Amino acid sequence: MNEPFIRIRRLKKRFERLEVLTGVDIDIEKGESIVVIGQSGCGKSVLLKHLVRLLEPDEGQVVFDGRDIRELSGSALIAMRQRVGMVFQSAALFDSLTVAENVGLGLKESRRYGTRRIGETVAEKLDLVGLSRVDEKRPAELSGGMRKRVGLARALACDPEVLLYDEPTTGLDPITADMINDLIVDLSQKLNVTSIAVTHDMVSAYKIADRIVMLYEGRVRFDGSPDEIRTVDDPVVRQFITGSAAGPIRSG
Amino acid sequence: MESGLAIIGRRGVNFITKLGGIFVLFGRFVISLKDIHRSVGLIFEQLYVLGVRSLPVIVIIAVFVGAVSAWQAAYQFKFIGAPLRYLGQAVGKAVVIELAPVLSAIVLAGRVGAGITAELGTMKVTEQIDALETMGINPVRYLVMPRVLACVFMVPFLVIFANFVAIMGGLVVSIIGVDVSSETFLNGFRHSFQLGDLINGLIKAAVFGLCIGVVGCYEGFNTRGGAQGVGLATTNAVVLSTVLILIFNFVFAVLLFRI
Ligand SMILES: Nc1ncnc2c1ncn2[C@@H]1O[C@H](COP(=O)(O)OP(=O)(O)OP(=O)(O)O)[C@@H](O)[C@H]1O
Ligand SMILES: [Mg+2]
Repeated sequence: MNEPFIRIRRLKKRFERLEVLTGVDIDIEKGESIVVIGQSGCGKSVLLKHLVRLLEPDEGQVVFDGRDIRELSGSALIAMRQRVGMVFQSAALFDSLTVAENVGLGLKESRRYGTRRIGETVAEKLDLVGLSRVDEKRPAELSGGMRKRVGLARALACDPEVLLYDEPTTGLDPITADMINDLIVDLSQKLNVTSIAVTHDMVSAYKIADRIVMLYEGRVRFDGSPDEIRTVDDPVVRQFITGSAAGPIRSG
Repeated sequence: MESGLAIIGRRGVNFITKLGGIFVLFGRFVISLKDIHRSVGLIFEQLYVLGVRSLPVIVIIAVFVGAVSAWQAAYQFKFIGAPLRYLGQAVGKAVVIELAPVLSAIVLAGRVGAGITAELGTMKVTEQIDALETMGINPVRYLVMPRVLACVFMVPFLVIFANFVAIMGGLVVSIIGVDVSSETFLNGFRHSFQLGDLINGLIKAAVFGLCIGVVGCYEGFNTRGGAQGVGLATTNAVVLSTVLILIFNFVFAVLLFRI
């Protein structure tokens, strides 16, 4: 059998007494677009962080392009991380830097381009996410949705092969959200970027996903295409995608 | 309920773990120095932020430290009947060897160390440090190295100022308050002045700067929670670096001044 591009195997993670992930298995092919859904607090952000080794698993493994990422160290880890772009749920912009410096930082520090080229790339990426005339602003001067988009532009700056989006459209107005969804689809179709997106927004999930994965109680509860999820019988999945308070899932 | 002994034991273990962590961070700082050429701009920025901006507060404390040491020395001299021509010597030695390096370092632990922890701690809890890592940027090279280096160079630099200003403060008090002429005071100072004392004081200051920088960064990187966590980490950084400064200072005294 062919080795998938990213393979998550029996991933377990707990924080003190709280068991967050209790054995997650997901295979992701190159160029695929995965959407991860699940209740608030079910461990979606934790899962994404494992993929770039911001968190270490207690058990299980993450294999990236044939290598267990726990075996990577020093420059190999840096090289792996430079192939991945991550959009944080909280945007996580560097608040001592301007917007332009935020977006250009990865390019500057990897010394890939000169100043001129960095400036052009920054402008291009900001344009892609629909921002203009914000270059010299500080993150604190931006609205939540603008910050989110700067975070996205920053993740795009180094032209990564893999993009991890943690709720890329939360806090955006419907029109901007749709524009970002289009952008995500474009990146995956035109540039064959592999993408893993966490979202609560089923509209955008249907739009961008080749495959939808639902996490529930620390495991994968559903893994299939958007068409399959629409017709699924599992009451847990049904309740989630229809967004109803009545059903087997209790909130909190 | 935990017994008192268990609490002390756990605290002790935590403290040792923390010192271990600080030592590891120091090691990573040393390793990151091989990429020093990539952080030149950041280093200058920190030299300015941490050093130049601390100058006013250092000048103010130094004036009063010099003034009070002249005053207290004169008082003691009167008490034991020592001649006031030694006043310049007493003030000069005390300032150059102990007062300027130690008090400057403690003030800078409060100003600079706390600032470093608050900044890095906020970056930690808002995932900015995670973001750096995902971009393949080593946070130790990008954040720690410039700050620690700035501390190591800036504390001695500020201590040179503090020495000068404190002696002037002592001089003014001698002239106005004790009725010792400036000539007498400065002669006393000059006769007893040894370059070795100054250099020892500056070496100490560099070590204190290292403590401030590494402890500040360590506490920042290990901040948890939100604003409250940042506050706690900041307090911890100031207390721990002050304690370390005083311990190292004692070690220096024992090593350098054989009784
Ligand atoms: N660093 C951490 N230390 C301790 N607990 C954590 C940490 N990170 C996450 N958790 C806990 O793990 C659980 C899952 O968190 P996570 O952020 O992955 O949720 P999520 O699925 O992304 O939720 P949301 O949709 O609200 O963003 C939560 O209960 C959270 O409290
Ligand atoms: Mg989340």
